[in-house]
Amino acid sequence: MAAYNISVNGKSHQVDVDSDTPLLWVLRDNLDMVGTKFGCGMAQCGACTVHLDGSAIRSCSFPVSAVGEKKITTIEGLSADNDHPLQQAWQAHDVPQCGYCQAGQIMNAASLLNSNPNPSDDDIANAMNGNICRCGTYVRIKAAIKSAAEKYS
Amino acid sequence: MSIIKTQYNRRSFMQVSAAAGGGIMLGFNWLTSCTPAQTASVPKEWFDINAFIKIGDNGNVTIYSPNPEIGQNVKTAMPLIVAEELDVDWTSVTVEQADLNTVKYNRQIAGGSQSIRHGWSGLRMAGATGRRMLMEAAARRWQVDVGQLTTEKGKVINGKESLGYGELAAEAVSIPVPEEVELKEVNDFKLIGSKVKNVDGKKITNGTPLFGLDYKREGMLIAMIVHPPAFGLKLKNLDASKAKAMPGIRDVVVINSEPADKQWSDNNAFPELIAVVGESTWQVMKAKKAVVAEWEEDTPLESTTGHEQKMDEALATGKGNVAREDGDTAKAFKKAAKVVESIYSAPFLPHNTMEPMNFFADVKPDKAELVGPIQTPESLRKSTASLLGLTEDQVTIQMTRMGGGFGRRLYGHFGTEAAAISQKMQAPIKLIYSREDDMTQGTYRPTYKVKYRAALDENNNLIGFEAKGTGVPGSPLFPNRYPAGAVDNYRAESIKIDTNISTGAWRAPRSNFTAGIEQAFLDEVAEAAGKDPIDFRLELFDRAINNPVGEKNDYDPKRYAGVLKLIREKSNWDTKTPGVFRGVSAYYCHNSYVAQVVDLELENGKPKLKKVWCAVDCGIVVNKEGALNQVEGGIVDGIGHAMYSSISFEDGKPQSQNFDKYRLIRYKEAPLEVETFFVENDIDPTGLGEPSLPPVIGALANALYQAVGKRLYAQPFAAQV
Repeated sequence: MAAYNISVNGKSHQVDVDSDTPLLWVLRDNLDMVGTKFGCGMAQCGACTVHLDGSAIRSCSFPVSAVGEKKITTIEGLSADNDHPLQQAWQAHDVPQCGYCQAGQIMNAASLLNSNPNPSDDDIANAMNGNICRCGTYVRIKAAIKSAAEKYS
Repeated sequence: MSIIKTQYNRRSFMQVSAAAGGGIMLGFNWLTSCTPAQTASVPKEWFDINAFIKIGDNGNVTIYSPNPEIGQNVKTAMPLIVAEELDVDWTSVTVEQADLNTVKYNRQIAGGSQSIRHGWSGLRMAGATGRRMLMEAAARRWQVDVGQLTTEKGKVINGKESLGYGELAAEAVSIPVPEEVELKEVNDFKLIGSKVKNVDGKKITNGTPLFGLDYKREGMLIAMIVHPPAFGLKLKNLDASKAKAMPGIRDVVVINSEPADKQWSDNNAFPELIAVVGESTWQVMKAKKAVVAEWEEDTPLESTTGHEQKMDEALATGKGNVAREDGDTAKAFKKAAKVVESIYSAPFLPHNTMEPMNFFADVKPDKAELVGPIQTPESLRKSTASLLGLTEDQVTIQMTRMGGGFGRRLYGHFGTEAAAISQKMQAPIKLIYSREDDMTQGTYRPTYKVKYRAALDENNNLIGFEAKGTGVPGSPLFPNRYPAGAVDNYRAESIKIDTNISTGAWRAPRSNFTAGIEQAFLDEVAEAAGKDPIDFRLELFDRAINNPVGEKNDYDPKRYAGVLKLIREKSNWDTKTPGVFRGVSAYYCHNSYVAQVVDLELENGKPKLKKVWCAVDCGIVVNKEGALNQVEGGIVDGIGHAMYSSISFEDGKPQSQNFDKYRLIRYKEAPLEVETFFVENDIDPTGLGEPSLPPVIGALANALYQAVGKRLYAQPFAAQV
């Protein structure tokens, strides 16, 4: 066990965990932030996506010891009042079915828009291909990203 | 205006508050869902009108959603039906997940696309009964006849005067439950048929705890299981010394989760398991790897090659159960001008809900409290009571939103496992499956193989049809479904094959295979007959409409033909577009009718999905937004599994354990345009969680044939194109 100071959603937290503990379980077990989901544990499904300095990472396979000074953003901190253009678009397009993968989808899409505010259809496809939606809401995910991008750019 | 008696489950409508003023305090409830325009004002008092409805003194309305929510969106659709008949503004409604109470709520199951179909009348009556009681309270207040009153958006209206439901709720609770109530005419629906957003949409998009895996209780321990690595093995020896010594680990125990009084839902290959219990998930995950278990063979270890061999033998020489026989197929095939024969197959499939199996349990000597994702909460309560030696009323099950169901959570062994672990540890625990635990412990969609034969006469009329089906463990055939009833000589025969691999219902059980292959085979037969695939199917429906064969036909040929005609028109089927390859299908299952056209193009010689057209007859559409979403999702799900998904076995061991070796459809592979058309009618609604999935596999196979020139018989297809 070792103590780590990590910045999550603009706040500093000290956690005392094993150095190989994935960031996912630090968020869920130690910080009680359960919006970030466990899907596969091997960076294959994207349900656990968070941002490290604004870029998407898979928190299930990212050890807490590797966070360092970088800033983590989770779905809980993506916006102050659920008003990020993607969160709004996700609701306007009524994207979710079961909803379990959607926080990861939104965080992944937000990372895309951070680096590419005006993505082409191919850019969206390339960025989103690593996030599985078992309910098959890809049709609506595409529509939501496109309408959020209009507000973003 | 239709007047109906409220006898249907009258206990649902009995007042739960004793008298006016018996309001209850509003407490924080994490299962509560707000609609977007919910106002900030909080009622001082709530009044329980009946089991489904609670009205606050400020006019806010809480509607309880009775059934488990797995992503099929009943948590929005079921309360919407109550709100319609209660006649309230949807923006004043808050939805709460109801408790498990089948005395009040009847069928609290997520399965078979039946929630809306079974719930429809009771939900309407709940709303209409509440409305009537509020009107009678207003009539007393105004000293007028109730017959002159009307309602609108949460108000009772008497000419120019009006009273809000909130002002009447305290008096309404003491009004006797009416013997009969008026229901709205379909034409007067304001909410039903409109597009309403998911009531949990905001919470899903901002990361609020909603799912079983998100549940936490002070002092709760984390538990994970180690189950046998192969079907047919059981525990011989356990050396947990290393795991027990690891940091944060409380114990490693062997549990048996099988209740004495087993039900259909206690379908589980591994009743005896090792459980690792500790303080945090990661510590438990690491300790799980340090468990040294020795396994021994309990029943023979099976492999996919063996399953294939048994299915081939069954189809070649096996004698099974002839479930239906019309006319004389042997004679028909003897005089046939053409015979078409094909064998179709599909593999076992895991469900792979994105939220792995999990459950919270806190077991005390005289009670057990369970919280988590379960499609069959009542069955789980019975099984848990039986396992623990408690009475059913000593067991509570709280339903959380589920990160997918697809049939997997009908089988609640993870709930009884959690209870067994909690009992042994004498502590509240949350059981979590890893993805590997989840994927390697069925209940899988069975593997199937079917041989179809069709006989055409010299005029290309279908005169004989034979289906011989098998699978591990059973056949997928529905003997009384189309084309039964449309062919003079028809035979359906099913052969079972025993297995120790646990299988069960998987979204649209059996239909998820039979629809696709039957619709692909009919395409082959239409081609042999030199007929357009839609014309050919319509000819058969005409026969079933005008002169049906047999009496047990399990479909309405008019509605069936209706969706096919609608998709022909909407997809411009009769206008060919160069470079676009199309396949069509139509199927009836789970009480709804669906027809589809799949459009493919070739990109660098590879088929690429462009668009799926879909026509649906599910009667009245309750929530159009949710209905569209279900149809789209079912289409993507069906295409995905038919193209990419498969799990095989070697010596009883599942050969895929996680998404590195198991393929689910991804964004780039999905059709990104789906256009859906609903047949408009006044027929009572049926469900949509399943019906769009099965037929799309047939439309896909038929489009692939057009694109690549070869028929595909074995799922998954991707590697063959």
